[in-house]
Amino acid sequence: MSADIKITVVDREGLHHELIAPTDMNMNLMEVCKSYELPVKGTCGGMAMCASCHCYVESEHELNEPSDDEEDMLDQAFFVEENSRLGCQIFIKPELEGLSVRLAEVSE
Amino acid sequence: MIETDLLIIGAGPTGLFTVFEAGLLKMKCHLIDSLPQPGGQLAEIYPKKPIYDIPGYPVVMAGELVDQLMEQIKPFNPGFTLGESAVSIEETKDHCFIVTTNKGTKHKAPSVAIAGGLGVFTPRKPPITRLPEYEEKGVDYIVRDPEKYRGKRVVISGGGDSALDWTVFLADVASEVSLVHRRTSFRGHLDTVDKVHELAQQGKVKLVTNAEVIDVHGQSELDSVTVKIKGAEDLNMECDHWLPLFGLTPTLGPIGDWGLEIEKNAIVVDNATDYRTNREGIYAIGDVNTYPGKLKLILCGFHEATIMVQSAFKRAFPDKKLSFKYTTVMGGVGSLE
Repeated sequence: MSADIKITVVDREGLHHELIAPTDMNMNLMEVCKSYELPVKGTCGGMAMCASCHCYVESEHELNEPSDDEEDMLDQAFFVEENSRLGCQIFIKPELEGLSVRLAEVSE
Repeated sequence: MIETDLLIIGAGPTGLFTVFEAGLLKMKCHLIDSLPQPGGQLAEIYPKKPIYDIPGYPVVMAGELVDQLMEQIKPFNPGFTLGESAVSIEETKDHCFIVTTNKGTKHKAPSVAIAGGLGVFTPRKPPITRLPEYEEKGVDYIVRDPEKYRGKRVVISGGGDSALDWTVFLADVASEVSLVHRRTSFRGHLDTVDKVHELAQQGKVKLVTNAEVIDVHGQSELDSVTVKIKGAEDLNMECDHWLPLFGLTPTLGPIGDWGLEIEKNAIVVDNATDYRTNREGIYAIGDVNTYPGKLKLILCGFHEATIMVQSAFKRAFPDKKLSFKYTTVMGGVGSLE
């Protein structure tokens, strides 16, 4: 059983990207964005330790609750909103079909 | 001037293991790192996280791997310039390089190995357009001398250890301390969190939660900040200092201006030969480099370091013959000391 899901990512210029993500490869949203060469650095490699994949979830999907590590990292990020998440902590699974996210500004 | 056979920029795992491989060839190494301790990301960001892909270790904590690497290179007695970042490089007439740090320390070597990982760790700066105008004029990202804040009104932002520690410390030094944080709960050590709440109850610290500083004001020096509070009107807070303490983030930094070919924030190297950059005598190894098929793994950095030192040897000792010997045949590294 391997179903691909469709995800919409709005980049920092407001452009919409339709991504196809496999659900059987243990991927997270940061990795999917990187594989499409979207401007997501993923500096820490997915350990919830850099916030370079900070994004806003704009669809109504039920996501896994943020871990303490993720909350801690969001404390060090900027422009954090109620729907802020780290892309690397959003795990791609069939229930996320139609997920829509917007990339947050990243401060360097 | 510090002189050495191989100058290594970055004391992360790749930089440290370079000392070992160079040591086997009887080359003396010196390392520069912007962090105050060796280990790079492993020591600074995730010392307590497990790593599973170091050959021979089913699992090893990042901090422990650094300790083991330090132990492994001890016989070769490398030099360290810690807490300083490499800023400039110049080539001498005798084909050596002089690398100068931000504190003016000079290092000379025939070869330079850049093992800079993600780059130099610098404070994460809030994205407020006018912020740079107030740096050192009220806005500090790092507390260097707490006495500077004696009798002053200080606003601190952040929810981590550093923000909490300085809130507690400065409560007795500054005339007013306010802590602005985006949530109502704090991470950080429990006793420090308790202490902050205690100080808030005593009126010694003003807690502003569900809030963030969104703007800075003042003629030439900072005199107030605007705080956005969830579900309330923006608050103008008069202050002499604002300390945004949001941790550290790596940037490639001045190395990006060394005339090296850069692609996507990484240094382009020739992986078919010896991880050389486009400048002869300068190599790049570990996470800082890129080439077709590059993987940012510690074990790949170890391999790159091993290949690279063979070339660095030829530059350091052009008249000497390079012979390859297994460490087992050598009877350990003791024979090289």
